Amino acid sequence: MSRSYTPGLKILARTKIIKKRRLPMKGNVQLKVGDIVKSDQIVASTELPGNVQMLNVANKLNIEPENVPECMLVELDETISKGQIIAESKGIFGMFKSQLKSPIDGTLANVSEITGQAILSGPPIPVEVDAYTSGIITEVEDEEGVTIETEGVLAQGILGIGGENRGILKVVTSSRNDELTIEMINESHKGMILLGGSFMNLDTFNHAKEIGVVGIVSGGFDYPDLSKILGYSLGVAITGSEKIGTSLIITEGFGRIGMAERTYALLSSNEGKFASINGSTQIRAGVIRPEILIPDELSNGECIEFKEADLAISDGSLIRVIRAPYFGRVGTVKSLPPELKKMESETMVRVAEIEFEDGTFEIIPRANLEMILT
Amino acid sequence: MEELSNRKLLDGENIISPTQGETGVDIYISTSSAGGGLQMMVGGVVKSMTGESAQRAALGAGAIVMDVLASNDGRMYHEKVQRIRQLRPDMILLSGGIDGGTVTHVVELAEILEAANPKPRLGMNYKLPVIYAGNKNAREPIKERLGKITDLITVDNIRPTLEEENLQPSRDKIHDLFMEHVMAQAPGYKKLMNWTDAPIMPTPGAVGEIIKKIADAENISVVGVDIGGATTDVFSVFQRQFNRTVSANLGMSYSVCNVLAESGFDNVARWVPFDMDETELTNRIGNKMIRPTTIPQSLEALIIEQAIAREALRLSFEQHKEFAVQLKGVQTERTISDAFEQTSSGETLVNLMELDMLVGSGGVLSHAPRRHQAGRMLIDAFLPEGITQLAVDSIFMMPQLGILSTIHPAAAVEVFEKDCLIRLGTCIAPVGKAKSDQIMLHYEITLPEGVISGELKFGELKLIPAPFESLKAKLTPGKGLDVGAGKNELLETNIYGGVVGIILDGRGRQPFHLEDNTENRVSQLKEWSEETGEYPRLENLNV
Repeated sequence: MSRSYTPGLKILARTKIIKKRRLPMKGNVQLKVGDIVKSDQIVASTELPGNVQMLNVANKLNIEPENVPECMLVELDETISKGQIIAESKGIFGMFKSQLKSPIDGTLANVSEITGQAILSGPPIPVEVDAYTSGIITEVEDEEGVTIETEGVLAQGILGIGGENRGILKVVTSSRNDELTIEMINESHKGMILLGGSFMNLDTFNHAKEIGVVGIVSGGFDYPDLSKILGYSLGVAITGSEKIGTSLIITEGFGRIGMAERTYALLSSNEGKFASINGSTQIRAGVIRPEILIPDELSNGECIEFKEADLAISDGSLIRVIRAPYFGRVGTVKSLPPELKKMESETMVRVAEIEFEDGTFEIIPRANLEMILT
Repeated sequence: MEELSNRKLLDGENIISPTQGETGVDIYISTSSAGGGLQMMVGGVVKSMTGESAQRAALGAGAIVMDVLASNDGRMYHEKVQRIRQLRPDMILLSGGIDGGTVTHVVELAEILEAANPKPRLGMNYKLPVIYAGNKNAREPIKERLGKITDLITVDNIRPTLEEENLQPSRDKIHDLFMEHVMAQAPGYKKLMNWTDAPIMPTPGAVGEIIKKIADAENISVVGVDIGGATTDVFSVFQRQFNRTVSANLGMSYSVCNVLAESGFDNVARWVPFDMDETELTNRIGNKMIRPTTIPQSLEALIIEQAIAREALRLSFEQHKEFAVQLKGVQTERTISDAFEQTSSGETLVNLMELDMLVGSGGVLSHAPRRHQAGRMLIDAFLPEGITQLAVDSIFMMPQLGILSTIHPAAAVEVFEKDCLIRLGTCIAPVGKAKSDQIMLHYEITLPEGVISGELKFGELKLIPAPFESLKAKLTPGKGLDVGAGKNELLETNIYGGVVGIILDGRGRQPFHLEDNTENRVSQLKEWSEETGEYPRLENLNV
């Protein structure tokens, strides 16, 4: 029987979740292999170099650059405070001296006799990395970070914005085909992650954000609305660093489109549980999809790992079309003809014959199909 | 490969090289765009002088330039430090000052780098490579500042005098460091290194090599474009000067929404022969970005995709024209006649009337269902002037031929001509201000089956099917227009057809004319499509 691989998102009821938590540069790792961590626990920390300020000492004291080092009153790496006199000109016969005060708290990092500049460095900026998910430390990379393992629910979306957040998962629509509307969100949802259905508009998102909802999962969203949240048009699908407070995951795509049955069913069956959400997305080499995790290491279910082979479509597979003109429609593969077929666009492609839910048949490029895992 | 070539190439897991009778290969070569390609930051004292030279060196070597740091870039010191820390490039090229000139400014840039203490993008355990290619008198102070915290390498000044640009030493060093540092972080690198008989080059650097070789071998001006999913590269050789630009976020899938954002909805819609709702279009394009591997099934989807391609190509070429310029800051002696021409240093080298060949590459061009569509996209986006040959790269063979050209230039050029290029034909476009109903061109072309002659009116696009062989052409431009021999001058020359043929473009150049009124524009687009065999059955299009 003919088979064909399609792209697909991981929607897994119980799987091994492995998270690498890394520092942006070397620092301290506080934990050891075997330690149990909570999702908000700090696992590694470091200090980024402080903000620098260049001070043109030669200009300010009206001296030659080569004379700057001898006019400095503090040593390299010495701590200085704002307002402290850090340089003084020799003056004329010891008179008419000019002085220079430090504009910041920090240290003297460098003095140049060529440019006449002094480089002052502000206090180091502490950076902490938390566990993101509860679990067990399985690996420690010296001075760089840790690997955490846990088991539980993993559901990926197609695109997200906003970084990491955590909260109780709450279902607010009554079906995967319902729009999440403004009236469905109230004060009791503060700090929660909300599960919507087919669509949500900008007003609803803004209302949720105002209330303090930490995350929203929706089937579809309008591209122009996304641009309004971000303040710019999302030109390249690389997200995660936006400081918007509420993480948003779109599971299906732009426009109005019912959330995949499996995603909706899985997440709604876990309502009330504590979840971690991450909107970070990168759609190019080394794809990163947004995700929602619900760690549950206590229950004893069997882990089902994601297998690429599950994404192979064959006769009888349940699929969804992911491009116009049949975007979003669900059907069953009737056959996978081996020969290339000419589309209306005259593109020659490998195709699948699909029977839609209403009993109609269409020929669709295999590249435009997505497997629906059941 | 063994199956296709009917030749044994492997002995177990090893490539048989050199050839042994009917088995093996003479050489094995490879390019790499691993890890998103080579990402660099460059620095120069004056942004439009040494900054630009450094940028040219890095781009020519195949890098993506993430930022240009300059003394006069308008940013505060701490902003520059912040930016360097944030970007984490693969390597930095620092230039600045002519040899013997003032050292203060370039040392100041080094001090900014020192304060930022930059870390490489990949791998925490090695020092960031920094190439210094500035004023030779500043080498010592630069070493004092960057020698310990970075892997500092010094090469000849990129701009030894104002009048001279010396890019090759920097480019060679970038290639060396790309191999030693960046590629060394890629999995499987050592294995690949053992197999290859020539150094691995960044993929776009290799494409540049073959474009240069072709321009040299045939003594012609060439523009090459490679439009990908995320980026569009433009290469050009004019007046024997090579330039490459990368439009990092103008592509057909991963960055397709950025094309729409930069060009604007109206500029995309002007190429589409039907009405579209803006939200519907942006959602559709957004869905292409998040599901980049999908294929246009309907004719409508194909037309929208090719409209976006025109804009991505146009914007990339605009950027290229701004960058491919004569050296700035050069003192030139001017005569009275020069003063009338109003030329100055920093003028673009790109002269479309001088352009002999336009080569397109990348899925949307190379795999367009009809070659006519590729031809039309190239013409509409680049607006070539006078006589220009059009071609597409059949299977994106240019990078491999680029490396081959460094070992065996003749073989590379021959394969390029015979197997790599698909000759589409020639575009003939008269230049100058024209009036509606004006005759743009009288033509007489000697085809194998006989002479064909006629007139081209303003606003018309005509296709004359013709094979790829030398054909005599007599071209008389309309009043006040120029087709290559000068205003109102007859041009007698030889031109080539191709799989598409000869396209006579009477839509005007400088300015190019497209109707503003939607109804007229749609009817114009349909007419042009019909005339050039671009799309099937547009009148039946159900949108």
